[in-house]
Amino acid sequence: MIKKTVLNASEACKDIKNGATIMLGGFGLCGIPENCIEALVNMKINRLICISNNAGVDDFGLGYLLKHKQIKKMISSYVGENEEFERQMLSGELEVDLIPQGSLAERCRAAGAGIPAFYTPAGFGTEVSEGKEVRAFNGKPHILETALNADFAIVKAWKGDTAGNLIYKGTARNFNPLMAMAGKITIAEVEELVAPGDLDPNQIHTPGIFVQRIFEGSNYEKRIEQRTINEK
Amino acid sequence: MGIDKIGIAKRIAQELKNGWYVNLGIGIPTLVANYIPKDINVEFQSENGILGMGPFPAEKNVDADLINAGKQTITALPGAVYFDSSMSFAMIRGKHVQLTVLGAMEVSENGDIANWKIPGKMVKGMGGAMDLVASAENIIVAMMHTNKKGESKLLENCSLPLTGVNCVKKIVTNLAVLNILPNGGFELLERAPGVTVEEIKYATKGKLIVNSSKIPEMQL
Repeated sequence: MIKKTVLNASEACKDIKNGATIMLGGFGLCGIPENCIEALVNMKINRLICISNNAGVDDFGLGYLLKHKQIKKMISSYVGENEEFERQMLSGELEVDLIPQGSLAERCRAAGAGIPAFYTPAGFGTEVSEGKEVRAFNGKPHILETALNADFAIVKAWKGDTAGNLIYKGTARNFNPLMAMAGKITIAEVEELVAPGDLDPNQIHTPGIFVQRIFEGSNYEKRIEQRTINEK
Repeated sequence: MGIDKIGIAKRIAQELKNGWYVNLGIGIPTLVANYIPKDINVEFQSENGILGMGPFPAEKNVDADLINAGKQTITALPGAVYFDSSMSFAMIRGKHVQLTVLGAMEVSENGDIANWKIPGKMVKGMGGAMDLVASAENIIVAMMHTNKKGESKLLENCSLPLTGVNCVKKIVTNLAVLNILPNGGFELLERAPGVTVEEIKYATKGKLIVNSSKIPEMQL
């Protein structure tokens, strides 16, 4: 079997260099690769280009990397909830590229699927369409969006096996399977790493072919951004 | 003047049709789920990746891996399904979701919507709003008729950066229910209880079309 298992996040991330383009799975703080984010902070690498739907909060998620000024550019769809992000963006320290969420997802998927570009109606007539090719299909205008590639994709799954097969839990799936397909090197951190054959092949979300490195993470905090309770 | 946010949510709930899949935005739209008529069966989609979204959880059932697009903890109803973000927006752009309800800062008389960015202020991003408005068969905007300064949010042209063009079909505000006509203009369908047509005209900066001498009151 192809060896993919690494010891921990520092080993998985050891060859990520300054200036790398990195995709990080997650929606808000749900399904983010907590262990690898911490490893990137400890490695003190900088000028990173991060592709992730959100930018975390001030002291958690990608907010950690922002706090240590390790990110040069963020490519995201929504970046609220983070004061340090706002400060760096307004001062010009941080470049930000905002992309409609569905286009961001599809651009990751397209990269992984070998499709260089696609047309979408999302963003036509808005500033998102500025400078982009427009073409009408069935009388409706669409804009051309290109695939998004990355040197590394870092994803978080619930369970994985040593062959790199992944299963996600609940809405922690979000961008993870798409980014797993798009990374030149994909690193998966999982809550539980099992032997091949222990996962039902019928239930696997990300086939192991997309994953180059895998390890069982530890000390997951799984912080909740908006704890909303039904009082009834 | 007019109805409150709950009133707006109640009125929009009357628009839901049996068998529809519905995406509710953050804010007033989220409240719509509380007022679905008993004989109507719909399923809620949240674009971060769930269909069959249920109410907020009891404290003991809170699960960090189960949230909606507003990042709030939620529950999943029997028959629910989780999926990735690409699949989620396939449902949206592919018109498998029949109705989108969302808030807005401005709507123009030809159905353009602005709801994501105010120049000079911190830009948080469009999230899924541009994908949602570009494709939905039915878009209902839930908003107050005027902004905090008392200025109309129903305009000839939007002044803020757009989220989508020619897409809004219906608006429910604290004052009125309005259709956007195919050739432009806000057609007044209903008044909020106690609100006069004159008051609605005064609060609408874009072209208001009143086709009847007797505009009915909303039934809430």
